[in-house]
Amino acid sequence: MAACSIEDVLAKAEREEAEKLKSISVLKELELEFDPGNLFAFDKNPPNSREFRKQNKDEFLRSLARDNTQLLINELWKLPTERVEEVIVAKLPEPTTRLPREKPVPKPRPSTKWEEFAKLKGIQKKKKTNLVWDDVHKEWKRRWGYKRANDDTKEWLIEVPETADPNEDQFSKRIKAKKERVAKNELNRLRNIARGQKIKVPGVGLAPTDQQSKTELGKAIHVAKHSTASVGKFQGNLPKEKVPKNMGKKRKFEPLIGDFSAEKRKHLDLLNIMDSKKPRIDITKAVNKQMREEDRQSGFQKRKSPGKKGRKGNFSGKGKAKGKGKKGGPGGGSSGGSSKGGPGRGNNRKPRKKQGKR
Amino acid sequence: MTQLDGVVKPKTKRSKRFLQGREPKLNENIKNAMLIKGGNANQTVTQALKDIYSLKKPNAVMYKKKNITRPFEDQTSLEFFSKKSDCSLFLFGSHNKKRPNNLIFGRMFDFHVLDMIELGIEKFVSLKDIKNSKFPEGTKPLLIFAGDAFETDNEHKKLKSLLIDFFRGPTVPCVRLAGLEHVLHITALEGKIYLRSYKALLKKSGCRTPRIELEDMGPSFDFTMRRTHLASDDLYKTAHRQPKALKPKKKKNVSHDVFGTKYGRLHMQKQDLAKLQTRKMKGLKKRKGEKAEGEGEEVEAEATTAKKAKTQ
Repeated sequence: MAACSIEDVLAKAEREEAEKLKSISVLKELELEFDPGNLFAFDKNPPNSREFRKQNKDEFLRSLARDNTQLLINELWKLPTERVEEVIVAKLPEPTTRLPREKPVPKPRPSTKWEEFAKLKGIQKKKKTNLVWDDVHKEWKRRWGYKRANDDTKEWLIEVPETADPNEDQFSKRIKAKKERVAKNELNRLRNIARGQKIKVPGVGLAPTDQQSKTELGKAIHVAKHSTASVGKFQGNLPKEKVPKNMGKKRKFEPLIGDFSAEKRKHLDLLNIMDSKKPRIDITKAVNKQMREEDRQSGFQKRKSPGKKGRKGNFSGKGKAKGKGKKGGPGGGSSGGSSKGGPGRGNNRKPRKKQGKR
Repeated sequence: MTQLDGVVKPKTKRSKRFLQGREPKLNENIKNAMLIKGGNANQTVTQALKDIYSLKKPNAVMYKKKNITRPFEDQTSLEFFSKKSDCSLFLFGSHNKKRPNNLIFGRMFDFHVLDMIELGIEKFVSLKDIKNSKFPEGTKPLLIFAGDAFETDNEHKKLKSLLIDFFRGPTVPCVRLAGLEHVLHITALEGKIYLRSYKALLKKSGCRTPRIELEDMGPSFDFTMRRTHLASDDLYKTAHRQPKALKPKKKKNVSHDVFGTKYGRLHMQKQDLAKLQTRKMKGLKKRKGEKAEGEGEEVEAEATTAKKAKTQ
């Protein structure tokens, strides 16, 4: 009796298990391919076309989707889980589907001249601290960069050394030295890049580019000409070569402490000009302006007089009427009138094709 | 601009970080998508683009103005856009009499077009038309492809790869199990491709794994495959090449057998077994030879005396 009841109990338990698993089990002919890293599943089974046509399409697709999703979820629930801040999280493996990259694999940076030398000699990089103690300001400052420690260009007092010229500016000397160092650093950096990319750069002179403009060519010629021992003094010109006039500084400033009498004279002259009542006239400018004015007047006269076509008179009348009427009109109409007057003046006859904006 | 990369130095740290974000890396960024409207894009196509944009947010850029280009003829403007906005996926929507409701899915490698597939929309149901609650943007979708066409036909295989790339989202080390809501199901059937988007409801089942019920949610498309522009095999090989550094390192001297037992291997130098240091048992220590015999005699003598005592 007891034995039968035990068997019954076991059978019942088995049936219940099967029931539970039934709700999540899906029967498929071919197993799906899974890629949990990408949350991706691929069902290779050919879908049942007959059923598809019989049923409502969406319903068929939805049931198919439900089955496939169930299988994918079953697969995902098999992954190891952990608890992160009250949330159960599954650890995903690496994605197995091979997908193309978006950019090519990065190439290692080409080494600079110093790096190669250091490798050759076996020089190791020494780790340095970020901040350095500055005794003058009594605080920790950067080793290099903005507001660095021990900046010699920022000193307010420099002793003139015994061997130096007393009239030399020591401050500007230090600033110039720094500019030269910066320029040398930049040159070396660019040369390292050029060597890394195997671009040939000439030692002296300009590097050639594809399309050179007139000014660039002129500059290249000038640089080549003056790269001799006597700075281009004895280089001959070509038969029709024009020597460019203003190579170098475009404006010349007087020195601060120079010729005092000349400075005084200049200032007094300026004051005299400002005081005088007579206007200063630039004759060429005045003559050109007068000629232009005369041309305009004659053109206007020709238009005014009734010419062969009466249309001309009509158009001008229309322009005026438009100008009176609408808001945006006055600007448009009158400008349209005057602008059309321009080509009309030159060519005498030009029929109006376009009306101005209203 | 690759040649001028080093020459023009960025002036601020922010611009430097921006440029570093865009240069090629070992572990790449998430691919961005750009959604472009063609010369005459009608309501259907525009709505389709907007829906896909909302699925792909925030890794997508939607171009508001219409661009009159033909991707299959001239790819220079697409490449220019991709370089400017650093997007390697694109979706171009257009409409004309010969090809109505046209969508071109495409991807780039090194800012040149890798492959493009043109799909025509037969039927389209938008996100707006289905009224129910949606889930937050940026959820990683479950992608499911069904149909043997994706296995047999070359163009369908490339389409599968492209769609995975497009909708994949970021690669994450772990995922919240309760948050797996978005399901994208793509079926290839009778020459057409059906894309359906569902919301998954996790119902209680008897055991740990939940039972799934699906609710029709997002945009649904019925596509037909039109033209394709696939790259040569060499280009595909170059694009798929993974750097060596990313390959998983093999652990030496560790092996597993069939049953899952882990075996390790130790390598030792040669040892002189005579001079091995072993455990010492004090009781078994051998003393000088006479002492042993003496002990034996004493024992015997005791035994005989005992016998004598008994007999007496």
